[in-house]
Amino acid sequence: MKQFRAICEEVGGTVQLLIRSIGYFATLPLQFGRFVEQCYLVGYTTLPIVSILSFFIGSVLALQAGYSMQDFGAKEFIGSLVGLSMARELGPMMVSILLAGRVGSAIAAELASMKVYQEIDALETMNIPPARMLVMPRLAAVIVMMPVLTIIANIVGWFGGALVASRVKFIDLDSDTYFAALRRFVKFKDVMDGLVKAEVFGFVVVLVCCSIGLKTRGGPREIGASVTRAVVTSLILILVLDYLLTQMLLWISPSP
Amino acid sequence: MPARLQISHPATTEEVPAIGVKIEGLTKDFGPLHVLKNVSFEVTPGEIFVLMGPSGSGKSVLLRHIVGLEQPTSGRVTIEGKDAALEETRQHVRLGLVFQAGALFNSLSVYDNLALYLREHRIGTEAEIGEKVRHALQILSLENTAEKFPSDLSGGMKKRVAIARSLVMRPQLLLYDEPTSELDPIMAATISEIIASLKEQYHVTSIVVSHDRELALNIADRIGILMGGELIFVGPPAELRKSNDPRIVDFLNPKFDLKNPRFKKLET
Repeated sequence: MKQFRAICEEVGGTVQLLIRSIGYFATLPLQFGRFVEQCYLVGYTTLPIVSILSFFIGSVLALQAGYSMQDFGAKEFIGSLVGLSMARELGPMMVSILLAGRVGSAIAAELASMKVYQEIDALETMNIPPARMLVMPRLAAVIVMMPVLTIIANIVGWFGGALVASRVKFIDLDSDTYFAALRRFVKFKDVMDGLVKAEVFGFVVVLVCCSIGLKTRGGPREIGASVTRAVVTSLILILVLDYLLTQMLLWISPSP
Repeated sequence: MPARLQISHPATTEEVPAIGVKIEGLTKDFGPLHVLKNVSFEVTPGEIFVLMGPSGSGKSVLLRHIVGLEQPTSGRVTIEGKDAALEETRQHVRLGLVFQAGALFNSLSVYDNLALYLREHRIGTEAEIGEKVRHALQILSLENTAEKFPSDLSGGMKKRVAIARSLVMRPQLLLYDEPTSELDPIMAATISEIIASLKEQYHVTSIVVSHDRELALNIADRIGILMGGELIFVGPPAELRKSNDPRIVDFLNPKFDLKNPRFKKLET
């Protein structure tokens, strides 16, 4: 019962933070510098790791698909398999997991340390709401940067698959055939569904990490505990939301 | 050492009326722990009120109620008749809190720490903000620290920067949480002088939480003694010196009895 109450308080606090932060979106032009700084942290600094991982995920997908399909002569569909997997599932999922590990942990650590060392209290006494100065610019940045990161992850993953498909001897599929299959089967809707998922995951990760960071109480040890809790909660939410969103997107407009 | 206060700067001469604080039957419990028990007193506009008491007596918790960072279990804290627990009160009155550890923003330079309030509330142009910040730094002899970060500062400097940060807000009510703790006697005296000078020059109401006897007896208009969550004394320093209450006498002039130390009594 006590744990259930704690979860309800946590969810309620996060929803309150969300409502307050949305209310401050009108102040975005006044905080443009902070917004750009957060875009840099969320987008630019995450880009190298996103590119590396998506390249190898695309490559491994092509490798596995080539190995499995060679026996029944379906190698020419490798492009469609890699394309659809990256666009609909692996691109958004992988970017969001990286976001939770890299950006979410940093956000939780920063806000938790500000809370523990009374910087948040100082902001409140100065009548500067933390939701306006610390949360809203981060949410705005993730809304802008998630689609960009996901599109880049998809493209890099597709090219990783193409490279492996053309270079690995037992597959030996030329790039034209690979991309022809990819273009034939990957529809605009598939990419859009992936982007919707990435947007929701990214937003939830940043909101949850901000909320957990701002609720930290105690000393330096609790900063570490908050970071762990923020990342673990984000990962669980990504996986749960992934299922629910996939179901919902398929229900809204089922593929032909 | 900080210079004597010379308030002649146009950006800081605006008249802001001091405000009073009223605490009525304030009680605060943290679970089974009774931190404040029916505390009542009043601080008049322009007064320096020093709240003393042993560690863990609830002084800082009381201070957090005045700035609205804690909600009372029962009772009321009002600032100029407005409930301190409400966010609107902080929008109507300018209050500054000097935290015990400074609570400076570690990611910002000293200059940006001071400018933050003015920038966020759009008070003046960047040039005017710069003038106000430099003036506050000058008052506290911190001109050379403007570009430094809090991690580069000594304990005394951090306290002074925290006071300067409150000063640029032109507060009507200035609260200090243990402003002289962890400082050497000279720096503690300097901070005490700064608090007294600010009251003289700005007519700001000051509430100081401290267990520094010298600070309290030298600069306070009135002193409150909080022990075990109860307010056991409120009055001017002269009256406090005359008090015969053994708890107050022991707190102000603790006797050293090495043969029968206090911690042994606590153990039994």
